Amino acid sequence: MQDTMKRFFDGDVWWSFKHNPLVIAAAITALICVLGAAFAPWLSPHNPFDLKTINLLDAFTPPAWVTNGKSQFVLGTDDQGRDVLSTIMHGSRITLLVGICAVMLSMLIGITLGLVSGYIGGKLDAFIMRVADIQLSFPAILIALLIDGVARVAVGKEYHDQIAVYVLIFAIAASGWVQYARTVRGSTLVERNKEYVQAARVIGRSPLAIMFSHVLPNVTGPVLVLATLHVGTAILTEATLSFLGVGVPPTQPSLGTLIRIGNDFLFSGEWWITVFPGIALVVLVLSINLLGDWLRDALNPKLR
Amino acid sequence: MLAFIIQRLLQSILVMIAVGFIAFSLFNFVGDPVSLMLPPEATAADRDEVRKSLGLDEPFYVQFAKFVGNALQGNFGISLRLGRPVSQLLIERLPATLELSMIAASLALLIGIPMGVYTALKRDSWVSKLILTISLVGVSLPSFLIGIFLILIFAVWLGWLPSFGRGDTVKLGFWTTGFLTLSGLKALILPSITLGLFQMTLILRLVRSEMLEVLRTDYIKFARARGLTNNAVHFGHALKNTLVPVITIAGLQLGGIIAFAIITETVFQWPGMGLLFIQAVQFADIPVMAAYLCLIGFIFVLINLIVDMLYYAVDPRLRVERSGGGH
Repeated sequence: MQDTMKRFFDGDVWWSFKHNPLVIAAAITALICVLGAAFAPWLSPHNPFDLKTINLLDAFTPPAWVTNGKSQFVLGTDDQGRDVLSTIMHGSRITLLVGICAVMLSMLIGITLGLVSGYIGGKLDAFIMRVADIQLSFPAILIALLIDGVARVAVGKEYHDQIAVYVLIFAIAASGWVQYARTVRGSTLVERNKEYVQAARVIGRSPLAIMFSHVLPNVTGPVLVLATLHVGTAILTEATLSFLGVGVPPTQPSLGTLIRIGNDFLFSGEWWITVFPGIALVVLVLSINLLGDWLRDALNPKLR
Repeated sequence: MLAFIIQRLLQSILVMIAVGFIAFSLFNFVGDPVSLMLPPEATAADRDEVRKSLGLDEPFYVQFAKFVGNALQGNFGISLRLGRPVSQLLIERLPATLELSMIAASLALLIGIPMGVYTALKRDSWVSKLILTISLVGVSLPSFLIGIFLILIFAVWLGWLPSFGRGDTVKLGFWTTGFLTLSGLKALILPSITLGLFQMTLILRLVRSEMLEVLRTDYIKFARARGLTNNAVHFGHALKNTLVPVITIAGLQLGGIIAFAIITETVFQWPGMGLLFIQAVQFADIPVMAAYLCLIGFIFVLINLIVDMLYYAVDPRLRVERSGGGH
């Protein structure tokens, strides 16, 4: 363990991290966002879902530095008198949860199909890759929108609200698995002919065991980079779907839902209800994307 | 060449059948059209009558065949929400979406390619770095947020441009255009920027990375060694080779623009097909969802087919690899 730590800190990746102030800033920002979201129930100044502490008389309070602003609501309040900063922190929680779960599910589907496709080959490989080709020719957002729309019609409105978060995770995951499958398949095709795989086959290990305990560890590098960049995309997809009104219900608002709610008050001058959740979303995604970009370049020896 | 075209055509038809099947299942299995069309107090006899009039009592394959037959003639039934033929609704809204998409695509290409070339040639200038940083922000900004910010600044605060709708339109046959009136043109500005910005950053980054790669190759070094001017090397040799993948991606992005128009149209209440679709999803208006799906599927398959053929025609390496066989 200590050895790997030492190798990591002596390695190129850490060196390039240390010498890139923008990346360090991005990492710190992302960390703050994630911690703020994860510990929202304890850190947020108000509980936006506790009806007892919400006062309708506080509704539409502007941010603290604007005239009529109140110091206890730093970023103002929304139409129901909820503190905007607190709703943002709770909203990021749902946004991050959906984003990260969707990426993990997507990886699971993509890696499994990619391994099977690359290792077993034949007709199964042709079929999986054809499906991947077809799906790749449609934008992810359209596929996610379609899955969500179908689920909405299939299970009915009331029930859909209860399972909306799971439907959303599945919809985003199902729209993103192709990249993983393609990458893993490509590396698996190379690895399957190497001697260690042949050796494992000779000693009689089952194909399943070879795929997951021998090939998998050797194909995960590029997948990690993909996953980092995918978190940003998944968060954006979630926010977009919620903004379009087909994502999470307003009872557990994500950042996209908050922006959607605030959008109705844009013309009456209450800009802070939309703008601050919007800025929070951009800062979150931008810092994740910067980290992903850097990781891709740092792990790619061609670019050095 | 012929085998390649036939293979691609067959694949396209297969995709269209798959899309049609999804649309059909949406129609028949997901939502119950009968209960959607009748008020809750309808009797069982009413239900049977509607079921019969919609042909829902027939076997599954007959229904699918009928669906395909109707779809080929552009007949997708009647919108549950608006009570009008779906094909008519889509045709009415097609011009709005296409005009918006065309302007957005032109913006993306006309600004994206020159900026990409510039950032590749002047790699270390601070302008390039600024453009690249802004482009990263452009990728990270979801398009609905760009739209909201633009509305807030230019419509609410400054009051210069309209924030929703198409303005006044002129009817030319079945086509309604916003190009011919001042208010129509003004209404196009914010939505087309919103829609085009993401594609623009994408094209910018693509052109830059392709150009950088090409500039490293031996034939560019050789062209320099021959004493050609910088302009001849950059634009005569490098840019030409850069544009091959760019054409492909730009073509594929055109479909993406039409799909992403859903979001822009929602933000700006733009009366196009995307807005129709999102309202259909919210109201479970299945005929409209199914028809939109088929139409978008068709546009995508068509674009993919054309891009594949173009790519095949433009890039000789592809032909060699394929005739090499077995890989």
